[in-house]
Amino acid sequence: MTTDSFLDGNAAAGVLREVFAVDVTSAHGQCVACGNTAPMAESRLFGDAPGLVLRCAGCDAVLLRLVSGGGRHWLDVRGLTYLEFTDESAP
Amino acid sequence: MSWRVAVVAELRDETDTARTLALDIADWSGHTAGQHVDVRLTAPDGYTAVRPYSIASGPGQQRVDLTVEIDPNGEVSPYLARDVTVGEQLEIRGPLGGWFVWRPAQTEPVQLIAGGSGLVPLMSMLRARAATDSSAPFRLLYSVRRPEAMLYADELIRAGKLEDVDVSLTYTREAPPGWPHPVGRLDAVRLEVETWPPSVAPTTYICGPTAFVEAVADLLLAAGHEARRIRTERFG
Repeated sequence: MTTDSFLDGNAAAGVLREVFAVDVTSAHGQCVACGNTAPMAESRLFGDAPGLVLRCAGCDAVLLRLVSGGGRHWLDVRGLTYLEFTDESAP
Repeated sequence: MSWRVAVVAELRDETDTARTLALDIADWSGHTAGQHVDVRLTAPDGYTAVRPYSIASGPGQQRVDLTVEIDPNGEVSPYLARDVTVGEQLEIRGPLGGWFVWRPAQTEPVQLIAGGSGLVPLMSMLRARAATDSSAPFRLLYSVRRPEAMLYADELIRAGKLEDVDVSLTYTREAPPGWPHPVGRLDAVRLEVETWPPSVAPTTYICGPTAFVEAVADLLLAAGHEARRIRTERFG
């Protein structure tokens, strides 16, 4: 997959804000497959698939998939062990 | 986050292939330098296309500037950079993205590295720095095909004269007469001369075409920069 053209997770920020109340791209996510932990903005975005696919920059495993249509969103995050967010309201 | 209406208030040609759209957006709450907006165009038959565009203006300006470079194969950029007219309404969503950003509270040295129109979000960072009392030392290395393709040329020359701001250019296809450096892809030697060394632990922002970003990030890592201090934005 690495030979295909891709963007960063950065570019998925708008679509993800359709589903999440906070910015997911600045959260750190851990890849289930290789354990790499990185900001979701630095993952690899493949937008040509139906919906969007974010892949791990370390091992190419799928971290997150989001398909939207017909007034519904389908979100698959089984490639992520966790997401770590900064609490913007914390002092 | 919902779609909102932006009115094209002003158009400025930056180069033969790039144009700045200054947008009026009601109740715009401001942005952080480096963020982008999604622009949605809808055809008469209902077909829609959404593309992210970086914000060029600094935070706190009344209008939001997007600088759009024409991608000849693109669906959206030729329209925005050639056909759109003053007074027209666009649908936008944003500001977006909280990772590829620079905040004036950051005091560490900053390295900006731009390939082509990858300069746009980095220009917002330079403008944000200039608009505040930030004294964070900035260096910009801007890779551009030829002199006429340079965005914001006059402003960059002025910015480079500020204390603690250094602006360097590298040309990949054609340089001005008498240019003292090699013309071509950015290499490790030029990168070492024109950027902060790893010892000062800069935060580095790289933006440009995917191949450019990959190549520069690899060179920086090989030179000893820490991966966690390098932030990247690719635009395909």
